[in-house]
Amino acid sequence: MTTTQERPAAVPDPPELDPAPVGLGLLGWVRWTWRQLTSMRTALLLLMLLAVLAVPGSLFPQRNIDQVAVATYYEQHPDLAPWLDRLSLFDVYSSPWFSAVYLLLFISLVGCVLPRTRVHLANLRQPPPRTPARLSRLPEHRSVVVGASPERVLDAARAVLRERRYRTAEHAGAGGRSLGGQRGELRETGNLLFHLALVGVLVAVAVGALWGYRAQVVVPVGTSYVNQTTNLDTWDPGALVTGDSLPPFSFVLDALHVSFDDDETSNQYGAPRSFSADTTLTEAPGGAAVERTIRVNEPLRAAGASVYLAGNGYAPVLTVRDGNGDVVFDQPTPFLVQDANYSSTGVVKVPDSPTGQVGLQGIFLPTAALGTDGMPASSFPDARDPVLYLTVWTGDLGLDDGVPQNVYELDTSEMTLITTGDGIPVRLRLEPGQTAELPDGLGSVTFDSLDRYAGFTVRHDPARGAALVFSLLAIAGLTASLFVPRRRLWLRAGAAPAGASDGGSVSEGGRTLVEVGALARSEDHGLAGEADAVLAAVLARLDEQHPQQPAQQHPQKHRPEESAP
Amino acid sequence: MSVDTTLASTSNSLVYSAMAVYAVALGASAFDLATLGEKVGAKRRAASRSAGRRDEATSQAGGVGTITVGRTTAPTGPAPLAEDGTPRRAAGIATSLTVLALLLHLGGVVTRGLSAHRVPWGNMYEFSVTGTAVVVLVYLAVLSRRDVRWLSTFVLAPVLLSLGLAVAVLYTDSAPLVPALQSFWLVIHVSIAFVSSALFVLAFSTTVLQLVQERREDQRAAGRPTGAGRFMEALPPSADLERLSYRLIAVSFPLWAFTLVAGAIWAEVAWGRYWNWDPKEVWTFIIWVVYAAYLHARATGGWGGRRAAYLSIAGFACLMVNYGVVNVFFPGNHSYSGLS
Repeated sequence: MTTTQERPAAVPDPPELDPAPVGLGLLGWVRWTWRQLTSMRTALLLLMLLAVLAVPGSLFPQRNIDQVAVATYYEQHPDLAPWLDRLSLFDVYSSPWFSAVYLLLFISLVGCVLPRTRVHLANLRQPPPRTPARLSRLPEHRSVVVGASPERVLDAARAVLRERRYRTAEHAGAGGRSLGGQRGELRETGNLLFHLALVGVLVAVAVGALWGYRAQVVVPVGTSYVNQTTNLDTWDPGALVTGDSLPPFSFVLDALHVSFDDDETSNQYGAPRSFSADTTLTEAPGGAAVERTIRVNEPLRAAGASVYLAGNGYAPVLTVRDGNGDVVFDQPTPFLVQDANYSSTGVVKVPDSPTGQVGLQGIFLPTAALGTDGMPASSFPDARDPVLYLTVWTGDLGLDDGVPQNVYELDTSEMTLITTGDGIPVRLRLEPGQTAELPDGLGSVTFDSLDRYAGFTVRHDPARGAALVFSLLAIAGLTASLFVPRRRLWLRAGAAPAGASDGGSVSEGGRTLVEVGALARSEDHGLAGEADAVLAAVLARLDEQHPQQPAQQHPQKHRPEESAP
Repeated sequence: MSVDTTLASTSNSLVYSAMAVYAVALGASAFDLATLGEKVGAKRRAASRSAGRRDEATSQAGGVGTITVGRTTAPTGPAPLAEDGTPRRAAGIATSLTVLALLLHLGGVVTRGLSAHRVPWGNMYEFSVTGTAVVVLVYLAVLSRRDVRWLSTFVLAPVLLSLGLAVAVLYTDSAPLVPALQSFWLVIHVSIAFVSSALFVLAFSTTVLQLVQERREDQRAAGRPTGAGRFMEALPPSADLERLSYRLIAVSFPLWAFTLVAGAIWAEVAWGRYWNWDPKEVWTFIIWVVYAAYLHARATGGWGGRRAAYLSIAGFACLMVNYGVVNVFFPGNHSYSGLS
């Protein structure tokens, strides 16, 4: 990504590839390598490589997006998956090969842009170049003979060129005095800004990844959340985040409103229509409580962190009693949503039962029906006919050895599934308000009522704003580098050759040959128009200085209108 | 908010009517191209073009006795094709019909949006119908600045094809938006993407024509027969087509960058991450990189012209993957196709 500055066609391109140095020793090789890396052609190849290497990340499941999808891929392709993993194809965007390409690209970019910035700064201080001897050789050339003196022509030209944002310098030469103008340095400035801002974006992304964090938490309706790492379900800090630096806000989830498309004739039947969470927020312990509503696309911003409504589901309120009839478990139990109709799965772990540890594995269906495969499935995401199916495990839940466990999974390695006499698992079916006895004197389970829960994502990215500012700077620079024309324009005022023409009446100061020459230094579709416009503006200015003259030359021109009553 | 089914079916009728009128416009413009190609081809054999024009003129202008002595200018753009005043009746009919079809088409887009009280780009069907309307709109905008009627065949054909695909395969009943799309960023992000994509579509057409024209020019220079495709005679020379392709892409490229940034802002608001390597994000990024490579190649010695053109075509191919494949087949946060 070295230079996207276009050269005028007249200047031959320097050879892109130098021959490799022979016998130049280490330093020579380093120089040669550096020159290769920062060349236009290398940058172009790296750009194309970057595009190609980004593709597999959209073809294979990625760990950073969906761990479950990667696990599923492993199950479906047990032979292929380990090999793909060895090639980092499940972590494409943090893989060594992808990182290598974008880092090389950015090194190439910096290695080219920095020297160019130096040249550009020097260029800005240099006066516009001397006037070529023959302006007629330039791509655009105009010449006119005027009655004004060369001094007046140059004065007018200077004013016109400054108005049109040219930097000007005056030169004396054989053909007469001349003015050189150069404009459009903003094009190169924009180009450099674009490339440097891209580096800024990369740095902002890196800062966000190192010092930011992302966490997820499931909050049943009616309960509160205090922003501490211990309360989180998942905690994914950047490499340089220190443990307990979370802002100490808390909120109560007062209500959760969900609605789904209930038009049975539409092919959108069951599609989500609105989700919103009413919360009461306390920004700092002891502070005032304020009511806030969190919606999809409307996160809660509190104390530098953002809280997003990322999901929702059902949390059946369950009570488990042991064999003696004592309550050993009593709370809303979030079930994880598995499909668009909210068929959900969840587990209940009852470690403290004197009649034996109990694990319940459940499927919750908000609107119970039979799926196409004959298995129970939900047919609508709202709770129209909620049913809970449970299978019962007993044995060792594995909670006593202190290893943290996933609360949504049952470790059944030390447990036995309770079956009927002929080996079929016992499956309990519960509707709200119903109680079922657990087999083998383990007690009972009651489906008291149905609550909902909200899944929130808590996120902090310290460089979010910087990434945005650099992106917008990049676009601004890019726009300037594509659309600001870079031009050189010269105007020479000299004595008109005798007998050039004698069409007009000459008033004063003899006859002056005015020549305009223009050269494009970039893709430029308006150069001819610019040459015409500059000349016309100079002539108009000369006219303004002698307002009496048009009247002398065209005495009748305005009279009729002016004399009209 | 319920769906107004009367308006929704009015929208469908309007889209079908627009397709019928586009089809007639396409026929007229193809006919124009064929006849004009014959004519220009015959003229070419008679005369050769000069590289530049030099106007020698003496005139009197301004009050200080100005005499224009000389004016040398580089050739700019294609010479008007119908310079001899040959009326291009078929082209005129095609343009009028295109305008009429676009009005019907826009009517279809607006009624579709009104039927569900929202912007008409919530699923693949709506995206295709609205996107093709923007393509035609951008074509007519370019046409208002310069005579590019030769391009209309190569705009109307893909537009008609996409509309056919939309009504036959992608059709989805009008319905309210899912919560993830209920944001004003949907308006900003997607409408910029529409304009940018439309420019890329036009640039693709001009790039393909540029390559075909270049081939014919090479054949002619080598004294070989140019073979079939006489209609190409009606088109500007390849250098002009190349410049037009570049200008379309140059306008589109910053807009695509803006699409990317607006999408990132929205992603931050909706999902808490401005960049998550979601398949749609990845392909939007790939498209941007490929067109960046195109612009870069054009400024690199030995990479202009045909090689850069291949990159532009690759960019368009990625655009089509992003539009047609990613939403439907790659699971991700952008699975809003409405197809089941």
